[in-house]
Amino acid sequence: MAENIIHQNDIVVRFAGDSGDGMQLSGTLFSDASALTGNDIATFPDYPAEIRAPHNTIAGVSGYQVHVGNHIYSSGDKCDILVAMNPASFKSNLKWAKKGAVVIVDIDTFTDEAMSKAGYTSDPFTDELEREYAIVKAPVTSFTEKIGKEQGADKKVYEKCRNMFALGIIFYMTHKQLDQTFAYLERKFAKKPEVVKLNKAVLTEGYEYADKVELIHSHIIEAAHAEMPKGRYRNITGNVATAWGLLAASERSGRRLFLGSYPITPATDVMVELSKHKGLGARVFQAEDEIAGICSAIGASYAGALACTSTSGPGLSLKSEALGLAVMTELPLVVVDVQRGGPSTGLPTKTEQSDLNQALYGRNGEAPLVVVAASSSANCFYWAYNAAKIALEHMTPVILLTDGYLGNGSQLFRIPKVADLPSITPRLATPNDPNYRPFRRDPETFAREWALPGMEGLSHRVGGLEKCPDGPLSTDPENHALMTYNRQEKVNRVANNIPDQEVTGNPDADLLVVGWGGTAGALALAVEEMNNEGKKVAYTHFNYICPLPKNTGDILRKYKKIVVCELNNGQFAGYLRTQFPECPMKQYNKIMGLPFEVGELKDCFTKILGE
Amino acid sequence: MAARHFVPKAECEYTKADFQSDQMVKWCPGCGDHAILASLLNTFPKTGHKKENILMVSGIGCSSRIPYYVDTYGFHSIHGRACAIATGAKLANPELSVWVNMGDGDSMAIGGNHLIHAVRRNQDLNITIFNNEIYGLTKGQYSPTTKFGQVTKTSPFGTIDYPFNPGELVMSAQGTFSARALDCVPGPTTDIMTRAPQHDGTSVVEVLQNCMIFNDKTHAAITDRAVRDDRTIVLEHGKPMIFGKEKNRGIRFNGRCLEAVTIGENGITLDDIMVHDETTEDTGIHMMLARMCGELPAALGVIRNVKEDSYTQLYEDQMDECMATGKYKCVDDLLNSGDTWEV
Repeated sequence: MAENIIHQNDIVVRFAGDSGDGMQLSGTLFSDASALTGNDIATFPDYPAEIRAPHNTIAGVSGYQVHVGNHIYSSGDKCDILVAMNPASFKSNLKWAKKGAVVIVDIDTFTDEAMSKAGYTSDPFTDELEREYAIVKAPVTSFTEKIGKEQGADKKVYEKCRNMFALGIIFYMTHKQLDQTFAYLERKFAKKPEVVKLNKAVLTEGYEYADKVELIHSHIIEAAHAEMPKGRYRNITGNVATAWGLLAASERSGRRLFLGSYPITPATDVMVELSKHKGLGARVFQAEDEIAGICSAIGASYAGALACTSTSGPGLSLKSEALGLAVMTELPLVVVDVQRGGPSTGLPTKTEQSDLNQALYGRNGEAPLVVVAASSSANCFYWAYNAAKIALEHMTPVILLTDGYLGNGSQLFRIPKVADLPSITPRLATPNDPNYRPFRRDPETFAREWALPGMEGLSHRVGGLEKCPDGPLSTDPENHALMTYNRQEKVNRVANNIPDQEVTGNPDADLLVVGWGGTAGALALAVEEMNNEGKKVAYTHFNYICPLPKNTGDILRKYKKIVVCELNNGQFAGYLRTQFPECPMKQYNKIMGLPFEVGELKDCFTKILGE
Repeated sequence: MAARHFVPKAECEYTKADFQSDQMVKWCPGCGDHAILASLLNTFPKTGHKKENILMVSGIGCSSRIPYYVDTYGFHSIHGRACAIATGAKLANPELSVWVNMGDGDSMAIGGNHLIHAVRRNQDLNITIFNNEIYGLTKGQYSPTTKFGQVTKTSPFGTIDYPFNPGELVMSAQGTFSARALDCVPGPTTDIMTRAPQHDGTSVVEVLQNCMIFNDKTHAAITDRAVRDDRTIVLEHGKPMIFGKEKNRGIRFNGRCLEAVTIGENGITLDDIMVHDETTEDTGIHMMLARMCGELPAALGVIRNVKEDSYTQLYEDQMDECMATGKYKCVDDLLNSGDTWEV
C-alpha cells in the first residue's frame, strides 16, 4: 500500500450506478465497515421511483452517498470520491463531485450504445474534464467477468458482483481493510459458499487493482476517527429508529403497540420493520388503504393500544378526516409522516419538508393537535418515543414529522437502555369509578381519562359528533364553544411539559438561524464553520412545532436578523410570523427534493450578515 | 386447528333492559330502525358475552346513531369507516365482541372498500347492514341499493345505476356468513342476529329496513303482510325450501337455475324440492338464493355459513407463536442485536 496517505477530518464517497447494480448495498457495506472501524457516519440514498427503469438510462440511476469521519452531522455536500458504474450515472452524478475529486468509472460500460442512451454524442472524457477530476478508468466488468469465469460461475451471478470490485477500490482508497465485509458476506450467503467465494475474490481483485494504479496512489485518503461519547453504538436508519422508538414506548407504557398502515414511499419501512416484531408484541395491520390505516389505529386506540399509523404526504391527506375524529374523540394516536416531495404524487423518493402546513392545519373545523419533528436519523427513535409519550399522557393525536432524508438515511446511534428512558403514564380510568365522565379533564393538562372497553362500569360512547363534558351528544352553542376551547387548551398546555428551546453557535450574534426537523445536520455544520471562521451566527433548531416551546418568542425577539431555513416555500416561517408578528424574518428555502448543502447555507448567511 | 374463543362469558344472565341506554331515541316514529334496535337488544343477552366486552361501532347515517341507544361501549365514527375502526379495535383486544352497524350508503358506497376487505379477511366481526335503499339522513338521494329506474332527489329522471345486492357482494368477497332479515319481524331477526356471533369470522346480516319518510314501502312488495308468505322464503339449514301461505310452494334447481314450483302440480313432490345447506363451500347456490326476486321469493334467514379459520384466530395464533419463540424478549435485546460496538 502506498505511503503517502492524506489525512482528512472526513470523506464523502458517492456510489452511483444503474438500479440493480447494487449501489445501495455497496454504500451500506462501506458505511458499516467505516462505523465498525471507528468513524462517525451518515448516509443518504438517492434512488429513483422506478424499481428498474430501462437499463443504462438516466432515469434508472441509483445513488448512495456516505460521509465518514469525525463529527459527522450530515451526509455531506459534494463527494471526494465518485463511483460511476455506467455512462448514465457518470453523466448525472458528476455534479455531486468536488472539483479535483477521484472519479472511478467502469470503462467497460462506455460502449457507443450505452453512451448514446445516456445522451452523450461525443467522448465524455474531454481534456477539460480530465484536468478537473482524477478519472480512473477501471475495467470493472472485464475483471469481474474474468474471475467469474475462473470460478465457473454463471454470467447472471458474476454480473451482480461488479459492485464488489468497485467497493474493493474504495476500501483501498480510504485505507480500510476488507475483513468486515468478508464477515458480512459469510453471514449473508452462509448457505451459498460459492457465492461467498466469488464475492470475496472480486472484492480482493478490486483492492489489488487499486494498488497497481498510479493515479489512486496519490489519492489515498484516511478519515479521522470519531471522538464520540462512551457507549455502545450501532448503525440505524431513521425509519427503523422510528419503529424501535414506538416499540420502546409500548414496552415502557405497558400498552400494546398497534400499527395500522398502508405501503407508501418513503414510509413503508416503518411498517416493514414493525412487522418483524410480533415477538415483541407489535400488532401490525396492513390495511386496504390509508384511511383504513388510520381508522384501524383509532379503533385500536379506543380499545386501549398505543396506536400508530405511518405514512407520507399523500397518505396524510387521505387521513385528514379521520385525524379530525381522533381530535374530537380525544384519543391517543401517533401519526408518522415521512415527508417527500409534493404536491400530489410529487417526488416520492426525494425529501422535502412541505407537509408542515398540512400537519398543522389540514383538517376541517377547529382541530388542534400536537406536531413534533425528528432532526436526525438516529433521533427518530427519541421523537417517536416522545410522540407516543405525549399522545398517551395528554390524550391527543400527535403527528411526528420525519422525511425521506432522515427515514432512508442512516447514522450512528448510541444505544440507550429502555429503563433509562422517561417514564410514560397513560391516563387510564379506574373501573367502576362512579364519577367517571368521558370528558372529565385533568385540571393541569386538560387531558381526559381513557376508559377501555372491557372495564366494568365505564361503558360510554364516543364519536365525531360534539359531546358535552358528561358524554352525551350536545348541539348547545355554549357547550361547543367550551369544548372547542378545551381541546385547544389541552394542546397548548403540552408546552408546560416540554423543555425550553436552546440556542447554539454564538448566542451573542446579530444573526439567528432558525431550522426545524430534518435539516439539523447541514444547518449545525454551516453555523459551526461560520463561527470557526470568525463570523458570529446563533442557531436554534425546533423539534417541538405545535405547541412551540414557551421561550420561543423571547429567543426570536433577541436577534436583529433572523433567517428561517427549510425545504419548502416558507411554511415554518409563516407559522412563526402568525405568532410573533413583531419579529421580521428572512427565509432560505429549497424545493428541489434534496437536502441542504453546507456551502449554500454559508453563502446565504454570509450575504445576510453583509446586508 | 381448533377454534379459539376470545370473548369472555357473562357471569350473570342479562335481560334486554340491561342493554337499554338512557338516551332518547331520535329516529322518526315508525322507522324500521326501532324494530332493529329491539332485535339487537334482545340479541345481546342471548350471546352470553360479558356486557363490558361488547363494542358497537357505526358509521354515519340514521342507523349509525344506534350505539347511543345501547348501553355498551360504543363508537359512532365517520362515514364509511366503521369496518376499519372495528377491525383495529378487535385486533387491539380480541376479547371484545365487536358489532358493526351501517346503512346501505355507509357500507356499500363510501365504505364499500372497507366492507369487502373486512369480509375477505374474515375477522370476528358481526356486521349488520340496515338496507333501506336510500340516503335518509341527507333526505332522499339514491344509494347503491336503490332499485334501477327509481326517481329520487338526485335521480329526477330515474336512476341509471345498477344496484348492488348485498348478499351477493358479501359472497363475492369470500364472505363466510351471509344472512337476510326483515325489520318488521323482530323475532326471526333476533334469531338470525344471535347466530352471527356464533360464527367464527365475519358475519353479515342484511336487514331490509323501511324508511317511511324518503323511501316508504320500498320493500313492501315482499314484506307486506298480505304477500309476505308468498314472496319470501325463510331458509333453514337441512330443511326443504318450502314457502307460501299454504306451505305448498318450493324451490327446485332445474339444472340451470332455481325455479319456484308447486308441490302436487305437474308431478312435483317434496323430493323435488331443494334442501338448504348453508355450509356448502361453493358459493353457486348461495349466490342464486341471495339473488332470488320477482317470480322467486326473496330469501330470508342464514343463506351461507361456512367454516374457515378466522383472521382473529390466525392472528392470535401467530402472535402467540412469535412471542413464545421470538429471538428478542424485550426491546433492549432488539436494540443490541446485530452489529454493535463499544466506544
